[in-house]
Amino acid sequence: MSRLDSRAIFDAAAGRFGDAVYDFQPGVPKDGPRDSCFKVKPDKVRDLMTFLRDDSALRFDFLQSLTGVDWPKLNVLQSVYHLYSYSHRHEICVKADSPRDKPVVPSVVSVWKTADWLEREQFDLLGIVYDGHPDLRRILMPDDWVGYPLRKDYKEAKEYRGMPTSRPSPLDLLLVYDKAHKTDVMQ
Amino acid sequence: MSELIFASETGEEMTLNMGPQHPSTHGVIRFIVKTDGEIMSEAVPDVGYLHRAIESIAEKCTYEGFMPYTDRVDYVAAMTANHVWAAAVEKLGGLEVPPRGHYLRVISDELSRIGSHCIALGAMAMDIGAITPFPYCLREREYVNDLIEELCGARLTYNYHRVGGVGWDLTDKWVDKVLRFCDHFEPVIEEFNRLITYNEVFIKRLANLAAIPGADAISWGLVGANLRASGVKFDVRADIPYSLYDRILPKIGWDTPVGKGEMGAVGDSWDRFWVRVEEWRWSVKIIREALEQIKETPKGEFWIHPKKLKPKGDATARVEAARGDMHCYVVGDGTANAYRAHFRTGSWNAMGLIREKSKGLMVADLVALIASLDIVAPEIDR
Repeated sequence: MSRLDSRAIFDAAAGRFGDAVYDFQPGVPKDGPRDSCFKVKPDKVRDLMTFLRDDSALRFDFLQSLTGVDWPKLNVLQSVYHLYSYSHRHEICVKADSPRDKPVVPSVVSVWKTADWLEREQFDLLGIVYDGHPDLRRILMPDDWVGYPLRKDYKEAKEYRGMPTSRPSPLDLLLVYDKAHKTDVMQ
Repeated sequence: MSELIFASETGEEMTLNMGPQHPSTHGVIRFIVKTDGEIMSEAVPDVGYLHRAIESIAEKCTYEGFMPYTDRVDYVAAMTANHVWAAAVEKLGGLEVPPRGHYLRVISDELSRIGSHCIALGAMAMDIGAITPFPYCLREREYVNDLIEELCGARLTYNYHRVGGVGWDLTDKWVDKVLRFCDHFEPVIEEFNRLITYNEVFIKRLANLAAIPGADAISWGLVGANLRASGVKFDVRADIPYSLYDRILPKIGWDTPVGKGEMGAVGDSWDRFWVRVEEWRWSVKIIREALEQIKETPKGEFWIHPKKLKPKGDATARVEAARGDMHCYVVGDGTANAYRAHFRTGSWNAMGLIREKSKGLMVADLVALIASLDIVAPEIDR
């Protein structure tokens, strides 16, 4: 067991993938990532992850978490992978920026089986398409739901299958009723 | 007697619906079960019935205002969900928690864990037909609920942890009660073991059932007791210490309990049961030690109120929740609300494994598998 610091992990990845990995940021206490991270070009995600899992000095055997983040101003849908190694007890965060109009990232189900549900979740809520996923369909929302609820420009439909998604406050209705009948509670 | 015909010969298979309202699914989960008689070829989980869009709510309230919602992430052990959110936001905001706050977090977490395992173990025994242990467990959980109620005023959705500490301090009388509970609870574990853990019928039922090897457990992302039952010696409390666990664990001679395959294969359902029983023991020890160490911290200094909490950047936190390593990722954009928050929970990962693990199991064993993985539906759906 030999723990590597995040810079060494990035250097190992850069040694193999060159310019496809970039923008290493060490963890900072303020205004920036608190955990060290680097970015990878989306088309290289699966190759990089396979390398990170299999390289004997890195051995990232656990995909802790996969999160999608929507950045409309940057026109980016970001997949954030948090990796941890049980063998070496080190961790790293890898981010893959895909364009909002074509958010396609290779699936890493073949690398970690747990990615199966994690990718489905991000597909469901943010509409990031994980290319090569064996069973990419909605998981939390109903299958016929329209839109991706965690995107920043998401507008909830007025109703779903005839069920309204919002309702006026009953007190508002009472006020309308009172006005119509001109009753004054104070009298 | 007519000859048995198997679907593998005729190609006939029965597709059954199990749930969403099924007593053994621990909440509202649905399975689409494909079976040939009693043997399943596959059980496909269908989740989302309890989806409350908690991550979306997180973007709409302030960091501190979101705390009560984290109770609903896992309502059987709400304390650890409080903790992971508070820890992530503190890391993001660069806040220090006073030591007394940390100790109170540890004590409340461990009480919550004991209570949660009471449900996990009692319900698991009940699901496979042993009714008696469940009321025994609920009796103990009542003590825990009473203690936590006295600490923070709530019995289920605690909302006790705060960004920057905890909500209330403990009283001396409360400490006496907790110690009395510890004295009472340790013999109860032995009683529980005599009652069910080492019961011959129970062992026969669970040994070798749905064994998950260590490498599979890691690849499927199993966490917490499920991972340790498969022989992987990893506990966030010990290996990535947070909240002063690093001061407590060495003092009590901590040794992460792992499944040994005592009754069958390593990582079978019995191991998962046994590891949770062992965690009870350690939780009691941690509580005793934390109550000892907390005496040295000044009374009343349990919370530093965060001022102008408008952090920028992103941060993660990991906490050993009752259902294992809970991971929270939070992104801040310089406003008072989170820009994005994500919880990766233990039940989510455990549930992802069921489809593959159910192949070749009997329908009744699916119930045992779900129970042994300690799945809580709201924690999956959030």
